[in-house]
Amino acid sequence: MEFVVAGIVIAVLVLVAFVGLVSGRRRPPAEPGPPRERAPSGSTALDTADPDTLVTPGPVDLGGPTTAEPEVTGPEVAEPEVIEREAARPEAPPLTARERFRLRLGRSRGGLGASIAGIFHRGLTDEAWDDLEESLIAADVGVDATMELVEGLRDRVKAENIRTGEGALALLKEVLRLELLVSDRTLHRRGEGTTVWLVTGVNGTGKTTSIGKLAARHTAAGESVVLAAADTFRAAAAEQLELWGERAGARVVRQSAGADPAAVAFDGYQAARAAGADLLMVDTAGRLQNKSELMAELSKVKRVLERDAGPCDEVLLVLDATTGQNGLAQAKAFLDAVAVTGVVLTKLDGTAKGGIVIAIQRQLGIPVKLVGLGEGLDDLADFDPDAFVDALFSEVAQDVDLDER
Amino acid sequence: MFDALSDRLEAVFANFRGRGALTEDQVNDGLREIRLALLEADVNFKVVKAFVARISERAVGAETSEALNPGQQIVKIVHEELVNILGRMSAPLELGSRSPAVIMLAGLQGSGKTTAAGKLARLLRKRGRQPLLVACDLQRPAAVQQLRILGEQVGVPVYAPVESGDPVEVARDSLAEARRLGAGVVIVDTAGRTNVDEEMMDQAARIKAAVDPIETLFVIDAMIGQEAVTVAKAFQEAVDFTGVVLSKLDGDARGGAALSVAEVTGRPIKFASVGEKLDEFEAFHPDRMAGRILGMGDVLTLIEKAEEVYTKEQADDMQAKLLKAQFTLEDFLAQMQQMRKMGPLQGLLGMLPGVGKALKDVDLDEGQVKQVEAIIQSMTLEERRNPAILNGRRKKRVARGCGRSPQEVNELLRSFDEMRKMMKQLGGTKGLEAMKSMRGMDPQDLAAQMSGIDGGGGLDMGAFPGMGGQRAAVGAGARGPAGGGRPQNKRIPARKKKKRR
Repeated sequence: MEFVVAGIVIAVLVLVAFVGLVSGRRRPPAEPGPPRERAPSGSTALDTADPDTLVTPGPVDLGGPTTAEPEVTGPEVAEPEVIEREAARPEAPPLTARERFRLRLGRSRGGLGASIAGIFHRGLTDEAWDDLEESLIAADVGVDATMELVEGLRDRVKAENIRTGEGALALLKEVLRLELLVSDRTLHRRGEGTTVWLVTGVNGTGKTTSIGKLAARHTAAGESVVLAAADTFRAAAAEQLELWGERAGARVVRQSAGADPAAVAFDGYQAARAAGADLLMVDTAGRLQNKSELMAELSKVKRVLERDAGPCDEVLLVLDATTGQNGLAQAKAFLDAVAVTGVVLTKLDGTAKGGIVIAIQRQLGIPVKLVGLGEGLDDLADFDPDAFVDALFSEVAQDVDLDER
Repeated sequence: MFDALSDRLEAVFANFRGRGALTEDQVNDGLREIRLALLEADVNFKVVKAFVARISERAVGAETSEALNPGQQIVKIVHEELVNILGRMSAPLELGSRSPAVIMLAGLQGSGKTTAAGKLARLLRKRGRQPLLVACDLQRPAAVQQLRILGEQVGVPVYAPVESGDPVEVARDSLAEARRLGAGVVIVDTAGRTNVDEEMMDQAARIKAAVDPIETLFVIDAMIGQEAVTVAKAFQEAVDFTGVVLSKLDGDARGGAALSVAEVTGRPIKFASVGEKLDEFEAFHPDRMAGRILGMGDVLTLIEKAEEVYTKEQADDMQAKLLKAQFTLEDFLAQMQQMRKMGPLQGLLGMLPGVGKALKDVDLDEGQVKQVEAIIQSMTLEERRNPAILNGRRKKRVARGCGRSPQEVNELLRSFDEMRKMMKQLGGTKGLEAMKSMRGMDPQDLAAQMSGIDGGGGLDMGAFPGMGGQRAAVGAGARGPAGGGRPQNKRIPARKKKKRR
């Protein structure tokens, strides 16, 4: 035991001395990012890379079905194993985006919707307000945002002399809608040339899957799409993107595992431009936002990509709807590193409420642009705040109705 | 991990400490803060309610002892209750006597099952087992391929007969494959599934029935919010898991979900996944984690890691050098290399009591370690042993040799100098006593001692260079009267001295 203690004392000393050293050194130069000499810039990496291995064209199937609506029916494009369950459903009449959104949300809304609706059934009691607070916290809206929302609501209820629970509830819906109000939720495109979207997020939120779905949506609309597999870290990430590319009919640019992601992104743009593609999406490796090295790497990917491609038209942060308060920290860090322009809220088909997006929009002004609602190729919908809020308060009974269709 | 929660609780108890008796108001203030902190940490609100009620009950009863003032008493109560929620004892992996022993992994999409499977396989292999990885995620594209690659990386065979089809069949057949290969443990990776998807939950149950696992591990993301409770319950109903793997714990999520899940399901958290590399996977220790939440540091994990990399000879040697202040740059280099074997520096720092917080904003990456190494490695042996001989010309040469600037070489030397001075201090009377008093203690006491929760004793981080200022700002009052702390950062005078040379 004691030798270990000695070891620890030494380790602590060395560690602390080292930290003193590093923190002392860090200050004067104020030089962010990894040391220059260790990180080859994107272009040099390109120069040294074997051009043959750079571009692995996937099956180029640019024709695709030309339905204008994103409602591609799964079986046409997709491989059976994932779509199976979707296809097993009885032939449903085509739903509008909003209906689909509500239908999927409905599954997860039972708890919160019902609980909020029931809160005020005994009138505007203190207890009811507490319950409301609790419900919002339970939806991952967050303590601060909840307190502010509920306080604001209480004040308005008093000022506007609202006496009934329904009145308060209607007001709450309105407040939430206003919170989510934003002028522009569209995914930005370029007037001319290849539009570039960079897709980022922490590990396991569904970046690759979201890209696959987005690719399917745009190839279905007759566009030519190129995907760049800049997740060179996770095992089989590029293969996963390739499979999505096959399904969606998008070309995939990749390099070997462990390659410089910035170089892959750069290549992706070169390939997309050469092919005259309409849209390039760059998939990046998942990274926890507190790993400064990896965040610096991501900034570099964006920098190198933009050197040729010009500013990214969208930088999307893919956020798991089950994420709690850490979602806000994620949004902040990615906003700082790559200037995120929109959130893709995934896995909203579970029980998760995704309330953190309210805080994200309140504090950082980043709007949700898309929501992921399942594993199928077409389980992606534009974010519709009205539907989101309505679904938040919809009763369980309504969900059952929708499910029976 | 859990940093923010411990910050909050420490802020609360900073007011408590050092005062005599607690008024009821103070207790209530504290409880409100605890409640808020826990909610912000994503602990489920129902769990928070129960938790705070328990604290309140015990705190108002005021079981004060001679040793602890009431504030410390509350810290102790909170700590004990946290341990209660996290599971009373460390739960090891249970592999039973049947061969092959089957471990099944289940969880939501993107929680980290496949990675956990690879890490678990590596761990078991390191322990001398013969695992077989089984690819039953036939849902996500390339998941099978991912498992194959992971299997290759950790040197474990992977049973992946199909890319699509019925995972139940694959699971069932894997047992025969394991017998054929003589594999004693089978690790079944399954597809991610949403808890409301009855069909998929049923499939998980059928996979479980097919392989009859001795351990069913529920993998959950440390970042998950309030839904943790619902999700965990659904999985418990479907597959009745025996333990939990908490993934992505190296993020800065407060990880309150860990508390929720353990409380609601009563199942122990068995493993924590603390990085993207395959060896960044460790046993979960509730008591340590609770200590961590309360800012007590995680000395026990540190000890365990040190045990892995230090031999007795090395440690004895170092101890002798330390006490005689004969620590050279060569030793420094060797220590740094040893330490890197213990894991990422940031992680190690987080385990030191009080340090994680003080140095939260310091970024440590391995690249910086390499730079320091490069500087030392550019010196001749003589220079390393006797840095005093490094004059301007030599420094220039060293700087050229490692590609750093002469200023950086200077900084390193200055830091090293300060560290040596400190070692001299430590090697003197006080340090010797501290070390002696640490000997023969059981680890629990040592942890308490180092964290200073009992007041006094332990290492005062304020004594280290570059940290004095930070510690003071953080309110070292909590640490009792352990002396030796330098109130100011001594860097500036040191730099002046160098210039004169």
